[in-house]
Amino acid sequence: MYKIVEKREIAPRIKLLKVFASEIAKKAQPGQFVILRVDERGERFPLTLADWNKEDGTITLVFLEVGVSTRKLGELGKNEVILDILGPLGNPTEVRNYGVVCVVGGGVGIAAAYPVARALKEAGNKVVSIIGARTAELLIFEEEMMMFSDEFYVSTDDGTKGYKGFVSDVLKILIQKGHRFDLIYAVGPAVMMRAVAEVTRPCKVKTVVSLNPIMVDAMGMCGACRVTVGGKTRFACVDGPEFDAHDVDFGELIRRQMAFLSEEKMALECWEANKRSKEA
Amino acid sequence: MSKWDRLKAVPMPKQPIHIRIRNFDEVALGYNEEQALMEAERCLQCANPQCVLGCPVEIDIPGFIKLLRDGNFREAILKIKEKNNLPAICGRVCPQEDQCQKNCLLSKRGDPVQIGRLERFLADWEREHGVEIPEKLPSTGKRIAVIGAGPAGLTAAGDLAKLGHEIVIFESLHEPGGVLTYGIPEFRLPKRIVQAEINYIEKLGVVIKTDTLIGRLYTIPELLRDEDFDAVFIGTGAGPPIFMGIRGENLSGIYSANEFLIRVNLMRSYLFPKWDTPIKVGDKVAVIGAGNVAMDASRCALRLGAKEAHVVYRRSRAEMPARKEEVENAEEEGVIFDFLTLPIAYYGDEKGWVKRMECVKMQLSEPDESGRRRPAPIKGSNFFMDIDTSIVAIGRRPNPLIQQTTPGLKVAEDGTIIVDEKMRTSIDGVYAGGDIVTGEATVISAMGAGKKAAKSIHEYLTKKI
Repeated sequence: MYKIVEKREIAPRIKLLKVFASEIAKKAQPGQFVILRVDERGERFPLTLADWNKEDGTITLVFLEVGVSTRKLGELGKNEVILDILGPLGNPTEVRNYGVVCVVGGGVGIAAAYPVARALKEAGNKVVSIIGARTAELLIFEEEMMMFSDEFYVSTDDGTKGYKGFVSDVLKILIQKGHRFDLIYAVGPAVMMRAVAEVTRPCKVKTVVSLNPIMVDAMGMCGACRVTVGGKTRFACVDGPEFDAHDVDFGELIRRQMAFLSEEKMALECWEANKRSKEA
Repeated sequence: MSKWDRLKAVPMPKQPIHIRIRNFDEVALGYNEEQALMEAERCLQCANPQCVLGCPVEIDIPGFIKLLRDGNFREAILKIKEKNNLPAICGRVCPQEDQCQKNCLLSKRGDPVQIGRLERFLADWEREHGVEIPEKLPSTGKRIAVIGAGPAGLTAAGDLAKLGHEIVIFESLHEPGGVLTYGIPEFRLPKRIVQAEINYIEKLGVVIKTDTLIGRLYTIPELLRDEDFDAVFIGTGAGPPIFMGIRGENLSGIYSANEFLIRVNLMRSYLFPKWDTPIKVGDKVAVIGAGNVAMDASRCALRLGAKEAHVVYRRSRAEMPARKEEVENAEEEGVIFDFLTLPIAYYGDEKGWVKRMECVKMQLSEPDESGRRRPAPIKGSNFFMDIDTSIVAIGRRPNPLIQQTTPGLKVAEDGTIIVDEKMRTSIDGVYAGGDIVTGEATVISAMGAGKKAAKSIHEYLTKKI
């Protein structure tokens, strides 16, 4: 059981939880994730660590409420508990001094990009950050990202803040303007990571993406998270979650992410109906 | 009740087929007292019992049967528990027909004594009448870390706890039990039975820490150095599923048997949407492989509403590795067996969901030097099967994480951990047993290994005092 010590809504439907999980906090590294199960009947689902604190023993989780699991998680209040948290999982980001790195975060993925940007900055890199969301009010972790960025760019799909367009458009412009990067790191929705991969493919800059397929056990036992990378099947949970973006079959990833879409929709309807009847 | 016949086993009462394929309740209902006594009466009480030699944990089989026969159920179950901490589980899932019962003298002329069913009867009787917790030896002050709460780990932990050691089991999943919990379906091994057996191990003083992945949260060197453990037992079992590596295998609707069974058993997706984890099977399901896991998967698929479940196997009926009893249950329930058939590709719809499976017919060669008949494809025999789901049940590799994070641990080429006859690994104080050492095997062989390791660890720690 893992107690929630802080809870904030940092944007509409996006919540931040600080959870007491001292063993995980002690071991966590950038790029790693945890598996959660909110309650007895809950699903196991992964969230990338947005932060951790060895001293006070907390980990920080940031998530968008979309399905039953994230809705349930979002309903928990301060001092309530999450039944299960397993982690840290996945291979950490390879943090070293590459030179100039560009960290790209999209949507709720900005929170996942944050510890990576921080670690890369602390490793001596020049960090150029691009963060984006659908609209201004959904932008999260701006200040945090800015703190560890030498250059900082914002985009929104609707133009309510920063560049009107996608983060990949901003990246493209920077590259066209002559920015040279030694590494691009992107995390966010699969379509966004695919767009970033396509932008950097012609200039052959090493591009790393952090993939977010469906996972169940997340320890290499089930293969639900399998992705095709460079023509080979890999398990994102244990072989990743980070892979070379130019080798990832994003079409397959996106299709596999949607495998249970109708079931997820039905589960959410049931949950909402249940909740309404309980409230009434 | 039918007439007693020394050569004929008392049949196992089962849920009627048409009812059981609509639920996940246990299929085999277990003997009642009368049936158990009748079956026990068949035992010849051999002076030189061969059955015991077939038991990986050396239960005194004639001994417990005699006690049972005399109506002394309490003493009978304690006799079993001298050797076996998990009898309700073994009575249900051990392949007795290849072990104790295979050696039964009666099997030469008729049915062997149904030792497993008697073991189950006693274990269930004890659970209903109250479980006695044996006295522990005085504390030795030694601490042992057991990695994995599956059959090997639970057995080693139970035995070591009885000897007075302090045991912590580290389990990576949210529920203990290993394959007993995530792999074997409810209708074959109800989870309340597993839970009861685990409660017994906990009552012996064993602490089980779930959600703890050794290799990530702590490494073995850290357990020994920083966490004050005097010895470690590795029982991490089988892990990554093997896929065939054929075209289209990553389409949606193609599960590893592990994923399929984890969803159904551990995550209770047969209760979706009351429980949150979904599963989707569609009308026509192909299960690739013909081991016990394939039987479990195909029977689950039928219970989840599949109209047809096919076991697709590249060899013939005779080579099927599944237990006969499981094959019979699957056939009774309507599972269709497509022998001498090998899938070679999958094709999907525009959403990436599997729709067709291309197969090729196989033929078996003459037996080679090892006596094995190899399957070979028949040219031009390709054909298509329309399917909505495929479940790949062709085996698993050993879990790799411990090996990757434990410097100096000797590992075989196939990824299994190398141990000597005392279950010692290449690192002092570190022992291993179960599927992580042998590759995929049975629950009882993992338990046997756990027992053996417990004995060695006890020797090691008491010598050190």
